[in-house]
Amino acid sequence: MRVLIVAEHSGGKLNAATAKCVSCASKIGADIDVAVFAADSAAVAEQAAKLAGVKKVLKVDHAANAEPLAAVLAPQVAAVAAGYTHVFGPSSTFGKDLMPRVAALLGVGQLSDIMSVEAPHRFRRPIYAGNAIITVEAPASQKLVATVRVASFQPVDSTGSAAIEAAQVSADLPAHTRFVSRSAAATGRPDLQTAARVVSGGRALGSAENFKIIYSLADKLNAGVGASRAAVDAGYAANELQVGQTGKIIAPELYFAIGISGAIQHLTGIKDARTIVAINKDGEAPIFEVADIGLVGDLFTILPELEKALG
Amino acid sequence: MSKILVGLKRVVDYNVRIRVKPDGTGIVTDGVKMSINPFDEIALEEALRIKERGGATEVIVVSIGPADTQHQLRNGLAMGADRAILVQSDAPIESLTAARVFLKLIEKESPHIVLLGKQGIDDDNNQTGQMLAALWNRPQATFASKIELEAAKAKVTREVDAGLETIEVDLPAVFTSDLRLNEPRFVKLPEIMKAKKKPLEVLPIASLGVDCAPQFKTLKYDPPAVRQKGTMVKDVAGLVAALKQKGLLA
Repeated sequence: MRVLIVAEHSGGKLNAATAKCVSCASKIGADIDVAVFAADSAAVAEQAAKLAGVKKVLKVDHAANAEPLAAVLAPQVAAVAAGYTHVFGPSSTFGKDLMPRVAALLGVGQLSDIMSVEAPHRFRRPIYAGNAIITVEAPASQKLVATVRVASFQPVDSTGSAAIEAAQVSADLPAHTRFVSRSAAATGRPDLQTAARVVSGGRALGSAENFKIIYSLADKLNAGVGASRAAVDAGYAANELQVGQTGKIIAPELYFAIGISGAIQHLTGIKDARTIVAINKDGEAPIFEVADIGLVGDLFTILPELEKALG
Repeated sequence: MSKILVGLKRVVDYNVRIRVKPDGTGIVTDGVKMSINPFDEIALEEALRIKERGGATEVIVVSIGPADTQHQLRNGLAMGADRAILVQSDAPIESLTAARVFLKLIEKESPHIVLLGKQGIDDDNNQTGQMLAALWNRPQATFASKIELEAAKAKVTREVDAGLETIEVDLPAVFTSDLRLNEPRFVKLPEIMKAKKKPLEVLPIASLGVDCAPQFKTLKYDPPAVRQKGTMVKDVAGLVAALKQKGLLA
């Protein structure tokens, strides 16, 4: 069996999601190769080659690969996928956009959000926002295209030294889809998706101005910043900070839910956090049902005190 | 005639608390309220707004499901769609099959836009739009939070992990809606009455000549692992002590 993993990267940096996909693939007991699609993939390929368990890194350089457009990448991934039994990508917006298109080009279905590997063709995945977990069997007679729920896997170490090869891909690349721009907030804070610590604020913050105390605490803890859907919808925090079923699903070591009541859709996004701390003035809030440490009280009193205690 | 095809999936209403059957064979759906998938409702709202701005002349809502799905299609017609097509299938179908069904309807209707929700809140697959775009060999703009139409193309802002990404696609194209694309309108009583008279065509799935055989087999349904309720602390000092005890603070 051979697994091909599509690397996610930006700005010459390999995304941590790729190391988690390798971790998932290593549970299958197969050869693992990583393909890097870029305008110039050299730097990313070198990082991918260090991932423990990777046998070979394929560089697919093409000017059209400068931005990750699914319509442009999919035919190339489908071409490189020949000879592999499994083709995996991360269940990030990058992977979710790309992998179903790859699967359809290959004429096969796609499995979304692998959370554990039971056997080379048997997996567990969440449905209904994580309110049920199903065990699914994929046909061994055909290629399996899937996305890996990155929050469910620990990244592999960077202790490997895989061979790096340039791959020649012949595929018709469409001109009907063009990249225009991307607005990413450069915050200098740890990335929400991969941060070991995350501090999230909810509706109780009351305003974008008040939300600044979340940033302040996060900086004290060297943590990433997140927000509940209610806080995002109210305009207190940017869209990309949303944690939950329809936002980001994260698995930090330490998670602070501040002024967040704990709607199911939010809890879905933090289920895999190692330790959840909840601070809320409503002692009956559902967040306390899942919190490892709970503190009932006014966040506007507690947060300054906590910052002080942290020194 | 410029048409927009909108997919409406019938799913367990998002307010229903999902329970796994004790024998692990499925989800409890007996007597449970069914609704239009919320993301699909957003897709329909966007189609209606595009039509109201003159960007289309007809909005067609399509669903694949059992006969009861006519209720959800009537709701779509009450929201403002012009006509509906139900591709009737009593067996659940996979995303690739859904994409193949949509492709058949595209060949018949020649829409310039297909709008779908980014995912069904039941399977959470997030696949059909991308698969359809691949089979149709046309652009896809997934997770759309803003769609701006120009003559034969569209500029779409997408919600991606890093923030917002804008791409330009030639039409026809497939768009999938994210949460913040719009807020669907409320349906008023007169529209519900009017919707009863709008055309609703029922096509047996077998009549489309599409391969419906499922590829994946669900062996078992389990409830999720439950997190144990932790400890409550009284004050900040207690919180700091608890974090230190877990080795999370030095």
